Amino acid sequence: MAAARSLRSLATRPVLRLGFEARVPLSAFQRRNASSKHPKGFVPPTSEELSELRERVQEFTRREITEEVAAGTDKSNSFPNEMWQKLGDAGFLGITADEDVGGLGMGYQAHCVVMEEISRASGSIGLSYAAHSQLCVNQLQLNGSPEQKRRFLPGLIAGTKIGALAMSESGAGSDVVSMRTTAKAVDGGYILNGTKMWITNGPDADFIVVYAKTEPDKGSKGITAFIVQKEFEGFSCARKLDKMGMRGSNTGELVFDGVFVPKENVLGEINRGVKVLMEGLDIERLVLSAGPLGIMQAALDVALPFTHQRKQFGIPIAHNQLIQGKLADMYTKLQASRSYTYDTARKVDEIGQIRTQDCAGAILYAAERATECALDCIQLLGGMGYVEEMPASRLLRDAKLYEIGAGTSEVRRMVLGRAFNKEYSSYSS
Amino acid sequence: MSALRILVPVKRVIDYAVKPRVNKAQTAVETAGVKHSMNPFDELSVEEAVRIREKKSYPGGVEDILAFSCGPPKAQDILRTAMAMGADRGIHVEVSEKDEVEPLGVAKLLKAVVEKEKSNLVVLGKQSIDDDSGQTGQILAGLLGWGQATQASKVTFEGDKVLVEKEVDGGTDVVRAKLPMIITTDLRLNEPRYASLPNIMKAKKKKIEKVSVQDLGVDVTKRLKTLKVIEPPPRQGGGKVEDVDGMIKKLKELGSI
Repeated sequence: MAAARSLRSLATRPVLRLGFEARVPLSAFQRRNASSKHPKGFVPPTSEELSELRERVQEFTRREITEEVAAGTDKSNSFPNEMWQKLGDAGFLGITADEDVGGLGMGYQAHCVVMEEISRASGSIGLSYAAHSQLCVNQLQLNGSPEQKRRFLPGLIAGTKIGALAMSESGAGSDVVSMRTTAKAVDGGYILNGTKMWITNGPDADFIVVYAKTEPDKGSKGITAFIVQKEFEGFSCARKLDKMGMRGSNTGELVFDGVFVPKENVLGEINRGVKVLMEGLDIERLVLSAGPLGIMQAALDVALPFTHQRKQFGIPIAHNQLIQGKLADMYTKLQASRSYTYDTARKVDEIGQIRTQDCAGAILYAAERATECALDCIQLLGGMGYVEEMPASRLLRDAKLYEIGAGTSEVRRMVLGRAFNKEYSSYSS
Repeated sequence: MSALRILVPVKRVIDYAVKPRVNKAQTAVETAGVKHSMNPFDELSVEEAVRIREKKSYPGGVEDILAFSCGPPKAQDILRTAMAMGADRGIHVEVSEKDEVEPLGVAKLLKAVVEKEKSNLVVLGKQSIDDDSGQTGQILAGLLGWGQATQASKVTFEGDKVLVEKEVDGGTDVVRAKLPMIITTDLRLNEPRYASLPNIMKAKKKKIEKVSVQDLGVDVTKRLKTLKVIEPPPRQGGGKVEDVDGMIKKLKELGSI
């Protein structure tokens, strides 16, 4: 729930990207993005490499994130922290990062593959994984200075340090620019004051990317991103939230009470925090859209064997047309969502094209379909779907998050609508 | 004391999580479009070989870990996995998917490789989970005239002697052997690592040598003929008895006592 952060200020979104392709030669467009979102020397992976990667992740999840681990994580309402080291050892935490800090430099299709497969095993471990590897690691990869990358990324990628990103506040969710956390310039750095809400990995994080207002009067032009370290005085996690789903992913309310942050920990330029925030946003939505894909696959992983095994009136229930119809719909929704996500990711990797409306569209579509698939899964399991001994109810509770966290479905639709408004602005004048 | 040159044969088999199905012609198990992976017992062998090196448990050290696989072109994936886990290089004897080589044939190939590569320790899985023959290690020991310790649950070194423990009913069976020797691995020996992504990348740079059956000068002609492959009959549900007397009565009825 890296935050219900989506709107991230519609008002201030850089307008360039919207309806951009029509007016600018494609080649110029490609070069610009390909160089800015990928590590140096990036070569897009082939489809064989991606399917090999998928197998490797499955190899990991069936050993380390078994159904018992997933169910236990949900029941205990806490992330198994030894998992970070395992994810790090497996090489999953720096998929998009530079190789010289321990990353793999494999790009966003690869990141989606890992995210999907981890979410398939456990939605909440997947969510925490994304908050760490995408919202924190990739944010540092894209905006950190070489020195900051050297300081923070190796630990985060090895899994010895945990990362988070803190943007939302209780009064500033979709309307992120209304945030009230401030950063006052002092000698050698800044003093942060305020609270952040719904922060995934917040209770455990060692390094947190935090947005605060350096110039409160300047609105979106007065926000700066900082890297706060757990040990900084005045920083604390007030409480861990008790959520409906994604229970294995620790979410917290963070308090900054006069926290001194040295100027070496300013991420990006002063007062240009919204740029940092916006630049990562499209890609974050894209990678997060693989989360609901994994949950849909998990729903099929449960429903298909069950409906073929369970017999009523002497035949497997899956041989009834009403059940066949449900299974077919679930499968089609998954495959359509999957195509949308991976097509969008492939364009980012191969031609450097990042379309805001497709990043928002992919997660909008996948998230709502995932909730539907999880509901269908419960229905197909009947009585077994309604009890906690099967994973169906957990899948539903986990899936719902993606319609709320990292931007609500409503805001995502607005993003798409605004993209059209921009593209067709000449028609309305 | 010379350093160890370990040979680790690995086999590409239908993944252990897949429910195998007999093909329509009833000639074999259906393999097309089925997920394959490394035979789980072979993972244990690779892991053990790598641990002997990492823990420096053999005083003479480990000079080379060679992974071997006999199988279709895709068997290379399994060799890559072995190399990502820590094997130094691979050797692939390519045969077509339908020409399954019997344990005797594989053992002969292994003998040829052992002689060519001067291996002094061969660590094999005790069986492969596809045909469950459980013969290759023993046949190889016979062909080479080497000592063998099967179903290892623990391997330790005492100078140039090797101590191998095997779990048996009611205890542990310990054998001591001199190198060169054959060890076959059992489930409790270790917990194999998974191949991490960075190591997989590195493994791509390691060498896989391709040789043919003819190169090794071995005859792998089949000696067995498969007549028919059928699914095992479905299990019949058992019955319940009320108490001990009921059970005794039932057993008498069945003629068991």
